[in-house]
Formats: sequence, structure tokens, C-alpha cells
Amino acid sequence: MSPMNAQSQIEPPLGLILELTHRCPLQCPYCSNPLALERAHDELPAAIWLDVLDQAAALGVMQVHFSGGEPTAYQALPRLVARAADRGIYTNLITSGVTLDRARLARLAEAGLDHVQISFQDVQPDSADRIAGYAGAHARKLAAAARVREAGLALTLNFVVHRHNAQRVPRMIELGEELGAGRVEIAHVQYYGWGLINRAALLPTRAQLDAVTAAVEAGRARLKGKLVIDYVVPDYYARRPKACMGGWARRFINVSPAGRALPCQAAETLPGFEFPSVRDRSLAEIWQRDPAFARFRGTEWMPEPCRSCERREIDWGGCRCQAFALTGDAARTDPACALAPDHELILAAVAERPATPPAFVYRRMEGTQPSRTASAVITSK
Amino acid sequence: MNQARSAVLDSTAVPRFGVGVRFRYDQTRAAWVLLAPERMFVPDAQAVEVLKLVDGSRSLAAIVDSLAARYAAPAEVIAADVAALLQNLSEKGAIRW
Repeated sequence: MSPMNAQSQIEPPLGLILELTHRCPLQCPYCSNPLALERAHDELPAAIWLDVLDQAAALGVMQVHFSGGEPTAYQALPRLVARAADRGIYTNLITSGVTLDRARLARLAEAGLDHVQISFQDVQPDSADRIAGYAGAHARKLAAAARVREAGLALTLNFVVHRHNAQRVPRMIELGEELGAGRVEIAHVQYYGWGLINRAALLPTRAQLDAVTAAVEAGRARLKGKLVIDYVVPDYYARRPKACMGGWARRFINVSPAGRALPCQAAETLPGFEFPSVRDRSLAEIWQRDPAFARFRGTEWMPEPCRSCERREIDWGGCRCQAFALTGDAARTDPACALAPDHELILAAVAERPATPPAFVYRRMEGTQPSRTASAVITSK
Repeated sequence: MNQARSAVLDSTAVPRFGVGVRFRYDQTRAAWVLLAPERMFVPDAQAVEVLKLVDGSRSLAAIVDSLAARYAAPAEVIAADVAALLQNLSEKGAIRW
């Protein structure tokens, strides 16, 4: 193959996100999984995942993120971790932590796990449990975090922030210190899928956002060299969009429980795409030649104002799923950009933010109906 | 700023990789990489030579001496560069003292 061939210029992927299962004991109303959750009987067998990890190492993947749903619900997880570690891939476990008991963690550490990221819904137990839709979740997470450090593994606390917990970000950072985390992630809700359904219930005010940003900056200054704080901003108040996934099919491959390879977790919402399956296509073939991966890669696909924008290789046109969710056309400029022709959609959502938030639509297998049982579980505790 | 900070670094301090940080050679990219939770750094050639000497037992001074002997450069010049590099990586969580 000639070195001038466009194909050979595609850099190898850095990260592989494996959504091993969509089963999860939590029901967070901003879950990044699609609205149409995949069922347990559709999940890939371990043999296929093991082969995918071998292929990923050969393709140049540096980090694997075992995710879900709750990845520890997938029986063969320790074998997958061992295979990735054996192939030299850095292993991250992205977990709710509620089922991470000592025995399970020991098996994962022995398999060569490098890093555990535990999601926290808040620092205030009653609020955290209400958001997770799981009574007692917060206490279990605290215990799991302590076990991760006892096992000598790197720990990240991930906090998704929104109107119900934004005021407690300083305390979230302190909790990271107390639990011995090396990294805290303060991530504003991203409004697609479940997050979009719950937007009116979650969107913070501009003042809340500014306070969170100030808290993150203060934390970074205070804890420099001790704790890394990563910050994911909500683009509803931004002037320019975020570089979603570092650009479409530039850094990551996400594989769904049933084996569909996607440039991001939400890509299955896009109509007119036939995403390839790792059951019948190699990762290399998918990364280098699949039309769905090529569709929004780079800058060729861009409309104006992106096409001639000086930031086109910084934000890569923002998020395709957000463009589709808000405008009905995945190829339009992300409305989060102030230069986008559809930016008024974002401004309208901010203007229409209700003073009293509606009830959460919890993430559930059964679908998107507001759930009475979830709130009943919580209020009865 | 780096110099101000490096001035306070004790030369007997022993740098080590942070918890969950791995330094390894990547065949695909033909480059040394530093892997950390949700992060990857690709150190330049000079930084690679420094990081190869980080083993959790060598002190800052020992690392500088080893490089000074190898490159026949003044130790104080090397010391400033090494301290700045390690301090910078420490702020990113990749190096601990």
C-alpha cells in the first residue's frame, strides 16, 4: 500500500470501550447507554471478546475501558482483563462499584487491572441514592473505593453533575482526597439519550455552572501534584462545541454488548447507518475501511461554518449525535456552537429550563416511561 | 516558573511512577508511551532517557549524574531540565515523590 494512500494515514485508535453488558443495578437518569438497551441474551460470549482484545493490541490500542452497564455483571470479566494485560493494553474498569466486593476485586487485581473508576451520584447519601434509583448505593460505593485503594489500584471518582448536586462540587473533590483517589472527574451531564429525555430535570443554571467551574479551578490549584481533576463542561452554555470523542473515529472504538462497533456510545441513535459487528468483521477492517467510521472522520464531511472554521481540527465539528438529536440531521453543525445556524435550539432549551424540575425518567430496560416504582423504592427506605 | 519550582526540589528525593502509571514501548507507534488512568503521554526522546532511569530507587541526583556522565554535559544544566520535566509530570499525576 502506498504511503500516500488515505487509508494508511488513519492513525491507530488509542482507546477501546467495551460495553460488556447493559445490565446495571443503577438507574441514573443521564446514563450514556442508548434508550434501547440490549438484553442479556444478546451479549457476546467471552471467546469473541478475547479475540477482539487480541486484535485491538495488534491494531495499536493503548487502553481498554471495560464499561457497561455494570461490567462486573459480566461473568468472564477477570479473563478479559487478564488477556488485555497480557497483551500490554492498559486496563480501566468503569464501574458503579455497588457490586465490587473484596473477592471480585481481588480476582480483577490479580488479572492485572490497572485502574478503577467508580461513579458517584452525589456526596450526600440520600440525594446520591435518589439519583441512582438504588437505596444504599452510596454507602456501597464508599466501601468499594476503600477496597480499591487497599488492593493498591489507581482510583478515580467520577461525579456527573447537574442542577441537583452542582453546589456540592467542593465536597466531591474533598471526598476524592479522603478516599485516596489519584483522579477526580467532574463531568456535567451530556444531553443525549437518557440525558436529553431528562434535560429539564437536570440542566443547571449558568450561575451553577460558573460556581462548578470555579470550584474545579480552586481544587486544581490547591491539589496540584496530588490529585488530577478532569472537567467535562456542559456545552449548553459554551460558545464552541466540545471535540466529542476527540473527533469521530479518530481515537476510540466503542463496542456494544451485542458486538456492534461504534465511533461513540450514542452513535446507534443515528438513522441510516449500518454499524459493523465484531462478530463478522475485524477491528482493523472496521477502523480502516468501514463507511460508518469514515462518514464523519476528519473535516471533508463538514458543512459551513465548520468547513472554513479555524477550530475545525480542534473541535472536529462537535457532536454528531447532538446535531441529530436536536436538528434531525447528523451532518449539521453541532447546535452547541454559537456560530451554528441551529444555535437557537440550545438557547431555547436554556430559556425554557423550568424553575421546578420535573421527576426523573429513570434508566430502565422497560423503556422511557416515568417510573413510579423507582421513586417508591427510594422513599420507602 | 519551572525553575522556581525545581529550586525547591530536594536532589535526594526519589521520583517514582504514580499509582496505575505504566511506561512502556509501543511497537505500533514505534515510541515510548506513558500510560495513566484515562491518559497517555508520548514523551520526547530526551524525556524518554530520563524516564528510563526512574525506578523508584534512584534519587534525582543519581538520575542527573547518570545522564551527565553519558552526555558529557554540565550537571547543573541537566539538573534543571530533569527537575522541570519530572515536576511537570508530577503535576499531571504521572510521577510521585
